[in-house]
Amino acid sequence: MAIDKATVAKIAHLARLEVPEEQQEHLAKELSGILGWVEQLGEVNTDAVEPLRSVMPITQDWRADEVTDGNRREDVLANAPAQQDGYFVVPKVVE
Amino acid sequence: MSWTIEGNTGTWEIVVGLEVHAQVSSQAKLFSGAATAYGAEPNTQVSPVDAGMPGMLPVVNAYCVEQAVRTGLGLKAEINKVSVFERKNYFYPDLPQGYQISQYQHPIVGKGELILDMPDGSQRPIGITRLHLEQDAGKSIHDQGHDTTLIDLNRSGVALMEIVSEPDIRDPEEAVLYMRKLRSILRYLGTCDGNMEEGSLRCDANVSVRKPGQPFGTRCEIKNVNSMRFVARAIEYEARRQVDILESGGVIEQETRLFDSVKGETRSMRSKEEAHDYRYFPDPDLLPLELPDDFVEKIRASLPELPDEKRARFMAEYGLSSYDAGVLVAERETSEYYEEAARHGDPKQAANWIITELFGRLNKAGMDITQSPISAANLGKLLGLIKDGTLSGRLAKDVFTIMFDTGDAPDKIVEERGMKQVTDTGAIEAIVDKLIADNPGQVATVQKNPKVAGWFTGQVMKATGGKANPGVVNEIVAKKLGI
Amino acid sequence: MSVDLHRLTLAEAKKGLAAREFRAVELTEASIAQMECHRALNAFITETPEQALAMAKAADERIAKGEAGPLEGIPIAVKDLFCTKGIRTTAASNILGNFVPPYESTVTKKLWEAGAVCLGKTSLDQFGMGSANLNSAFGLVKSPWTRPSDAKPLVPGGSSGGSAVAVAARMCLAATGTDTGGSIRQPAAYTGITGIKPTYGRCSRFGIIAYASSLDQAGAFARNVRDSAILLQAMAGHDPNDSTSADLPVPDFTAGIGKSLKGLKIGIPKEYRVEGLSPEIDRLWQQGADWLRAQGAEVKEVSLPHSRYALATYYIIAPAEVSSNLARYDGMRYGLRVEGRNLTETYEKSRGAGFGDEAKRRIMIGTYVLSAGYYDAYYVKAQKVRRILVNNFRKVFEEVDAVLAPTTPTPAFRIGEEPDDPVAMYLNDVFTVTANLTGLPGMSVPAGLSSDGLPLGLQIMGKPWDEPTVLQIGAALEEAAQFNTLPYGIEARA
Repeated sequence: MAIDKATVAKIAHLARLEVPEEQQEHLAKELSGILGWVEQLGEVNTDAVEPLRSVMPITQDWRADEVTDGNRREDVLANAPAQQDGYFVVPKVVE
Repeated sequence: MSWTIEGNTGTWEIVVGLEVHAQVSSQAKLFSGAATAYGAEPNTQVSPVDAGMPGMLPVVNAYCVEQAVRTGLGLKAEINKVSVFERKNYFYPDLPQGYQISQYQHPIVGKGELILDMPDGSQRPIGITRLHLEQDAGKSIHDQGHDTTLIDLNRSGVALMEIVSEPDIRDPEEAVLYMRKLRSILRYLGTCDGNMEEGSLRCDANVSVRKPGQPFGTRCEIKNVNSMRFVARAIEYEARRQVDILESGGVIEQETRLFDSVKGETRSMRSKEEAHDYRYFPDPDLLPLELPDDFVEKIRASLPELPDEKRARFMAEYGLSSYDAGVLVAERETSEYYEEAARHGDPKQAANWIITELFGRLNKAGMDITQSPISAANLGKLLGLIKDGTLSGRLAKDVFTIMFDTGDAPDKIVEERGMKQVTDTGAIEAIVDKLIADNPGQVATVQKNPKVAGWFTGQVMKATGGKANPGVVNEIVAKKLGI
Repeated sequence: MSVDLHRLTLAEAKKGLAAREFRAVELTEASIAQMECHRALNAFITETPEQALAMAKAADERIAKGEAGPLEGIPIAVKDLFCTKGIRTTAASNILGNFVPPYESTVTKKLWEAGAVCLGKTSLDQFGMGSANLNSAFGLVKSPWTRPSDAKPLVPGGSSGGSAVAVAARMCLAATGTDTGGSIRQPAAYTGITGIKPTYGRCSRFGIIAYASSLDQAGAFARNVRDSAILLQAMAGHDPNDSTSADLPVPDFTAGIGKSLKGLKIGIPKEYRVEGLSPEIDRLWQQGADWLRAQGAEVKEVSLPHSRYALATYYIIAPAEVSSNLARYDGMRYGLRVEGRNLTETYEKSRGAGFGDEAKRRIMIGTYVLSAGYYDAYYVKAQKVRRILVNNFRKVFEEVDAVLAPTTPTPAFRIGEEPDDPVAMYLNDVFTVTANLTGLPGMSVPAGLSSDGLPLGLQIMGKPWDEPTVLQIGAALEEAAQFNTLPYGIEARA
């Protein structure tokens, strides 16, 4: 699948990555190269194969319904770029 | 029920499906050990997992899984022994991981059914498409006049059950009935407290309109219909909006709209305008959710009697009307109150007293049944006193009022205030004899026309302060006057 | 005395500490001196010498009281992908800024509880993405090796390049790494040391910054097989905070070391004789098979027919998971925020400035393969092929106990000579990604030198949860290979 500049811009926006326009062409070429290469999987017949969901047959633990964490606002906010009155401060969200 | 909009081009019907988010009544969050209690200080119920910190991993809360299955069973739904948590990827400041862990292709609960009890006593089934478990997001507080938004992550990671209905609803009022019934079932099961004010139960409505018999129209999703009162209003407004657009030659854009409860209208959510591509894929931090062999059966064995079964039993066992039974089973607490009261007296009378007298009083006082000053046992005793003739209907009402005001037991009130009905024939005979002696004119009138014998009865009641048993009085009056 | 302590193996150091021949503080000082001496290699992002000395002092006290843990007083380095409470953790990125975790990863917590001493956080390819340690926001890492002919700097391999260099240059006795597609085994091979990635689920991932969750696994670097077994022993074990961590008993990883290979069957997968495999590596591989045979193992050719598709499978699944795992780095709650004119711009600028080129490339690929209309063709397809790869191995393990393969198709290349084409770069991982896709334990052991004097590794892949056999075979290779060349600048052992 060849990716064009417009697709790069669309994917970059979906991924919230700033990709300057002058780099889009080059990135489109690179991504097309990678995608073209991984498309070799098309050669493998997978008709009767279920996609893998977990690589090891592990029984996963379930947590008991107990409060074991919280009341550590300082920890939670310690690395915040901006905070106020116990809240994270972020750019205005338009609804 | 059939609800339609008469437009310029003819009759339109509405097609509605509801997506309800019910918060699981758990102590801790779906994937972390932080608390879920309502109303805590901002960001105090947040673990590094809920804040989406690097390297943090989700571990599923067993109780939440159990409650989802319990709810599924309550909705007579298929339970999927294997379900899969997937990531729904999108950026939003109240979504710390950059994705919501939800269930998409493989939900824990499949198709089920919810029965609406229609006002005319009939029943109408609404299909349940699915129920799945997912995380709630945090809360954004939009600071008026500032360029910033404040984020509180206390809700981030709280367990929600998203319950999706089929587009079977055809009337705004049906949507209300659906919400009421769902809330009732959730509360019976104890899986969600159903508190809409605190956001434990939230409703989004998918609304479209069509000419009867035509295929479904394009739907709009109405977000945040967060009170019973607004459910019908939001749907009705949206349906009329769509009809107006279609009749003026426009087309409906599939979009997400927000219900503004102050203006009573829906409006487009600008921020959600751009096309979403959620890039769902199975969460590699979580293995497929496999329910152990006897897991579902154990929960099934512990299910309480649910409103539909209870209603049927009340009708069969107590001879109640469909309507009365429906009213009494809507809340588990009411149904329990009723059964306790009915043990002591006539079940039909118990239903009447609760529905007309008690509900009226509670309503006026702004109380619910659990706050009733009259205990179920005391109401039962009151019914017993009517049945054994201790109290007349009128006296009973007086005693009821005193019970409501004081919380006292009826026998105590009757005893202390001497409100016992007089059935002592000797005492009544003496009064009647005196009346006959004092009122020869009345005696003559009644003897000519026995239909007016009520005058004597009334006088006896007056003389006894209403405590005489009216049946006994009538008998004595008739005997003495020879009518 | 202390000038030579850094040359000790971990097992020797344990013995010396137990016999009170030297103190943990002296051992740690020797490591710190080596770190200073080799700072130009840029192995560490954050050095923590003061903390190390304090930990060493505490270790000495516990040793004195007879309360020594299994790694008491052993100075180690930690890949900067493990969150360490109170110590800046960067993933070698700008996006994490000066992030200081308020929690400790389960693996490092276990290490500190075992008495290990933390020398610092080692460099890596950003978030674990890369095979040459050229993708670090804190500068590239140089291998302590050079070709004797030209002395030009070489890449150490990646992504755990810093840890590999720290061990190879004797700055620490052992180091932690993580391996998502070969990030322990490949740099171990490039730098002439031992690296093991255990079975997926053996070590907790809790507190390790995720690259690709279904492939990531922590593991150990050391100078020999026994040392890596000792370190891994302290790292492994079930953790209720990681749903993918296995609730299985951890066997004694050193149990098989030194035992005869009699009765073991070892497979040589014929499909691994790929195009681009250097002839000298092919020869070393044959040599390895002969060594194992000589020690009593039955060596036979086996077939893993879909091996050639492993790399492409990996480069769909890993980027898909990356695109989602790295979404949390958004400048809202921690890390770098570059303000834009509005929320979307702030997101895009923060992430644009915070991630390096390779991270961005993989985020883009992952976003694309998961997007509407492409999900089935790429992601679901890759998970199907992944199942086939798992089945390939399942079948082979009915015939043999382990598989022997080269670790890398070529020795380390010079810095500046890396291919421009990302796909050519990805080919470095051709022999290593399979163990990640299938969850199997894999280990690289230094087995010889290339014609221009650079170390080459051989890789053993074992059955699920069978690290002891992998380590047993690794020790047998080590014994036969007698690899004891030291990198340039690191004096020969006295």
